[in-house]
Amino acid sequence: MKPSRVPANLGAMLLLGVALAYVGVLVLLPLLVVFVEALRSGVGAYLEALSDPYAHSAIRLTLMTAAISVPLNLVFGVAASWAITKFDFRGKNALITLIDLPFAVSPVISGLIYLLVFGAQGWLGPWLLEHDIRVVFAVPGIILATTFVTFPFVARELIPLMQAQGTDEEVTALSLGASGWQTFWLVTLPNIRWGLLYGVLLCNARAMGEFGAVSVVSGHIRGLTNTLPLHIEILHKEYNPVGAFATAALLAMLALVTLITKSLLEMRHPELRQGVARQR
Amino acid sequence: MTARHFRVLPGFGLTMGYTLLYLSLIVLIPLSAAFLRSAELGPERFWAVVTTPRVLSALRLSFGAALLAALVNAVFGFIIAWSLVRLRFPGRRIVDAIIDLPFALPTAVAGIALTALYSANGWIGRIIEPLGFKVAYTPTGVVLALMFVGLPFIVRTLQPVIADLDRELEGAAETLGASRLQTFRWVVLPAIWPALLTGCALAFSRAVGEYGSVIFIAGNIPLQSEIAPLVIMTKLEEFEYGEATAIAVAMLLISFTLMLAINGLQLWGQRRQRSRT
Repeated sequence: MKPSRVPANLGAMLLLGVALAYVGVLVLLPLLVVFVEALRSGVGAYLEALSDPYAHSAIRLTLMTAAISVPLNLVFGVAASWAITKFDFRGKNALITLIDLPFAVSPVISGLIYLLVFGAQGWLGPWLLEHDIRVVFAVPGIILATTFVTFPFVARELIPLMQAQGTDEEVTALSLGASGWQTFWLVTLPNIRWGLLYGVLLCNARAMGEFGAVSVVSGHIRGLTNTLPLHIEILHKEYNPVGAFATAALLAMLALVTLITKSLLEMRHPELRQGVARQR
Repeated sequence: MTARHFRVLPGFGLTMGYTLLYLSLIVLIPLSAAFLRSAELGPERFWAVVTTPRVLSALRLSFGAALLAALVNAVFGFIIAWSLVRLRFPGRRIVDAIIDLPFALPTAVAGIALTALYSANGWIGRIIEPLGFKVAYTPTGVVLALMFVGLPFIVRTLQPVIADLDRELEGAAETLGASRLQTFRWVVLPAIWPALLTGCALAFSRAVGEYGSVIFIAGNIPLQSEIAPLVIMTKLEEFEYGEATAIAVAMLLISFTLMLAINGLQLWGQRRQRSRT
């Protein structure tokens, strides 16, 4: 056993070298190049690119979309996990599979299906036209497509967590005379708050960064239906690398904040990681 | 649907009702629109659309590149997961956190970043293009983007399984004279392969439909480096909704079938493993 110690370490060093090189080239370099390119012409050019009115309206739309989609999926995630983990019923696994469905659908297809329902040639198209309601190629379509794409995040995080916690504490609270809502707010919610935060964090990152689905239903009207990721594409197509990378750096910072918060949460609550490994 | 066993807790009707309503409105009804719309085309027209050379080549690229990316990541993802679980080195936590970057980084950002790196005057393109390796604007670029997108799926699925491995078994194998490669083949691999398969399946299914990180680096030349989601996008811009939907449904059908097959394979593998021990 003992003599094999040195070659074992050598082998380990070699593996580690390969691992670090792969992560460095594949994952770290793209992140680095975003910031380097954004600052290539100096901080002034960077800030100028971000003070463009179209950039501002893209930032506003991205924030607004997330501010609507994320709470929608949050409420759904809590309701679905309550039904799935606190009760026994037939077809539970089928229901979980259906909740996961949006993860298996291409972003472009996620946008397309809303065109088929709300577009001019779609199911509700004629009726919407008659009442002068715009859904696709307008803000509601962007919100719907984003909601579809981020649909499973919160539920997927909460289901394993609440499954592990069981129902004992809730049953105790109820038998001591708490009402159903009191039980939820005072017992269940404090128990799941970190998992909830974790799910919301991931849901939000995807909501603000979604590109394909939003691209299909946006109509790309500058100042009106352009989100930050779509703004990047337009600037890139216009050969404006500083603008494109300045906008990209903004989203990259969002990604970094997400990663850091996520790591801090995982450090304090290692059980949260279990859910991540299984999902997406 | 009725709740059995305990009915002590309240709120089943409310939460289940809301879940089903919201699921139907956001996911099921819109998704069924795609299937109904493509059914309207009729089987002949559907088949004609999805078997045009351009569509076939795009489907081949999307599925082929996704598979290739998953296989490359299976090898390197294992090495990374192994290093993160078994080795202690400075900066381990940071490397561990950075693995999730592809989850958190918006795809359009990844797309332009990879393009900037691998184009002829980029940091990497400048080095490899004179050597004859062209990545940007070729199918290789598509595979590269899908490798980026898929890596965390494989590492994250493998990490808990490697952490659970019984190290004494490996030690025992080595004491009995097994080489490192033999230990890996006969002790480690059988224990991790279901997780490896799950990770690959997750990465593959994400990569097949991937759009944002691919289109910037792919060059999007029809019959060469054009992915299926982009063909759908192009058809939509030409207002060919029927054709776009047919390609979408073909993609969904192939993906769902493959996922079912992989699930079956996993069940079979688990059962076989259980009957062995």
